[in-house]
Amino acid sequence: MLNYIIKRIGIAIPTLLILIAITFYLMHAAPGGPFTSEKPLPAQVLANIEAKYGLDQPIWRQMTNYIWGILTEFDFGPSYKYHSRTVNEIIGQGFPITLKYGFWSFIVAIGVGISLGAIAAIRKNTWVDYLAVGVSIGAQVLPNFVMAPLLIIVFTLWLGWLPGGGWHGGDWQYLVMPVIALSTSYMASIARITRSSMLEVLNANYIRTARAKGLPTKTIFFRHVFKPSLLPVISYLGPAFVGLITGSVLIDIFFSTGGMGYFFVNAAFNRDYAVMMGITILVGALTILFSLIVDLLYAWIDPKIRY
Amino acid sequence: MIVADKNKIVKLANNLADDEQTSGRSLWADARRRFLHNKAAIASLFVLILIILFSFIGPYFAVWTYEQIDWNTMGSAATLGMPSIETGHYFGTDDLGRDIYSRVIQGTQISLMVGVVGATIAVVVGTIYGATSGYVGGRTDQIMMRIVDILMAIPFMFVLILLLVVFGRSIVMLFVGIGLLSWLDMSRIVRGQTLNLKNKEFIEAARATGVNDFRIIMRHIVPNLLGIVAVYATLLVPGIIVAESFISFLGLGVQEPKTSWGALISEGAGTINYDTEWQLLFPLAFFIVTLFCIYFIGDGLRDALDPKER
Repeated sequence: MLNYIIKRIGIAIPTLLILIAITFYLMHAAPGGPFTSEKPLPAQVLANIEAKYGLDQPIWRQMTNYIWGILTEFDFGPSYKYHSRTVNEIIGQGFPITLKYGFWSFIVAIGVGISLGAIAAIRKNTWVDYLAVGVSIGAQVLPNFVMAPLLIIVFTLWLGWLPGGGWHGGDWQYLVMPVIALSTSYMASIARITRSSMLEVLNANYIRTARAKGLPTKTIFFRHVFKPSLLPVISYLGPAFVGLITGSVLIDIFFSTGGMGYFFVNAAFNRDYAVMMGITILVGALTILFSLIVDLLYAWIDPKIRY
Repeated sequence: MIVADKNKIVKLANNLADDEQTSGRSLWADARRRFLHNKAAIASLFVLILIILFSFIGPYFAVWTYEQIDWNTMGSAATLGMPSIETGHYFGTDDLGRDIYSRVIQGTQISLMVGVVGATIAVVVGTIYGATSGYVGGRTDQIMMRIVDILMAIPFMFVLILLLVVFGRSIVMLFVGIGLLSWLDMSRIVRGQTLNLKNKEFIEAARATGVNDFRIIMRHIVPNLLGIVAVYATLLVPGIIVAESFISFLGLGVQEPKTSWGALISEGAGTINYDTEWQLLFPLAFFIVTLFCIYFIGDGLRDALDPKER
C-alpha cells in the first residue's frame, strides 16, 4: 500500500509540473504582452513595468522564479490587470464561494444519485425504476448551462420563490439554484452507474447464497450489496469532480455568485494571464490531489486490488 | 438400433439439405439486425437525419439570412419579433432583429460540425495511439500510457479556454483544442482492446508470414477495433457538442455573426426577462432533441456491437 501511495505521488508531481510548464509556455507564446494597449507606452515606461513584473528576464528564469514562488510561499504573483491586487487575493476572494456551493453540489450529486440508483435497482422493472431511469436520462441532456436558465425561468420568473442570482454570504436561498444546476447531470450519471452495478451485484451468486441462508433483506443489502456496488461510483468521482469545478465557471457567470469562475472568465476577456494561470494551476492541483484520494479510497475498499 | 419414423428422417434430411444454403451471419450483419430491432435507436436515427436535413434544406425556405437585421423589429423583439409566418420570422427574432430561424440553422450546422470533426480527430489520434501502444507493449506502452494519465489529470476546459484566449478565438482553434483533448479516453479503450487482439492466432499468422508491424496494426488490428471505436465515437459526439456549447455560452467560442447552440442558448437565457421566450426555447429544443437522439443511437450501437454484451 505504501509503495502504491509513493508511486501515485510520483506521478502526481510531474503532472503538476507539466501543467505549470504548459500554462506558462502558453502565456508567453501569446502574441502581444500583457501591457500592450491601443495607446503605445513610451519605451522607458514599458521597460520599467516589465522590470517590475520580472518580464525582462529570460523565460526559463521567469518560470523557475514562478514555480519557486508557488512552492515556497504559495505566491502566484501579481495580477496584470488590477495592478494593486495579487492573484492570491483574487483567488482568496473567489475560492471559498466556489468551495461552498461546489461542496454542496458534490454532496447532492452523490447522495441523491446513489439513492436514486439504489431504489431503481431494488425495485427493478417497476414504475419507480422507470421513473428513476427516465429522470437520469433526461438529466443527462441537461448540462448546467441549460439547467441554469430553466431554473431561473421556473423558480424566479414564474413562481418567484428564489432570487435569480447573487451570493449574500451564501444564504440558502442563494445556494439552491446553483447547487441544483451544477449537480443535476452528475447526479444522473451517478444514478445510472449505481443502478447498473447494483443490478450486477444483486444477481451474483453470493447474494443468492445469503438469501438462501435466510438473512433478512436489510442485512443483505447493507452488508453484502452496498459496498461492492459502490466501486464503479467511486471511480466516477474523479471525472465528476473535474466536471463540477469546470461547471462552477458557468455558475459564477450565470448566477453572479462571484466565485473563482467569475475571475477566470473576466481574466480571459482581459487577457490577464497571471490570474488565468494561477487559477488553472490551482484547479489542476486540486484535480490531481482529488484523483489521488479517489484512487487510494478505491484501493482501500476493493479487496481484489493488491499492491 | 432405434426404429425411427421414416417421415421424420426424411424431414430431417431435407432440413439439413436446406440448411446448407443458408449462409453464416457476419458480425456486422448480426449487429445491423440487432440495431434495427432497437426501436428507440431507429426512431432517434430518423429524427437526427431529419435535423441534419433541416440544417441543409432549411436555408432555402428562410426569408432572412442569419446576419441580416430586420430594422422593423429591432429593439422591440418582445412585441414585433414574435414567431410568425407573415413576417418570415418562423422562430421569431432576437433583440437586434435577427431571424432566429436562420440563426438556429446556422447554429445547428456549426454545433454538429464541431461534434463530428472533434470526434473524428479524437478517433484518428486515439485509435492510432492506443493501437500502437497496445501492440508494441513493454516499456513503450508504459510510457505512452503514463503520458495519457498525466494529460487526463489536466483540467481540460480551463486549458482549452487558455488556448482560445492565447491563440485567438477561431473555429479552427476550437476544433483542434477539443479534438486534441478528447482522444484520451478513446486511446485507453483502443489499447485495452488491442491487448486482447494481439495474441489471437490470425495476428500470429500474419507475423509468421513476415508482415511488418505497421501493416499488422493498420490492416489487421484497426479493422477489428472498428466496432468498439464506432460505439465510443458516437458517445463522444454529444460530449463534444456540450463542451463547445459551454464555451460558446461563456462567449469564448464561435464569433459573431456566426453562432452555435451554446451562443444562442446564452443569448436566449440572457433575455428571459424580456418576454422573448422563443429566443431560448427554439435553440434549446434543437439542442436537447439532438443530444437525446445521439445518446440513444450510441446506446443502440453499443448493444449491437459491444462484444461484452454478446
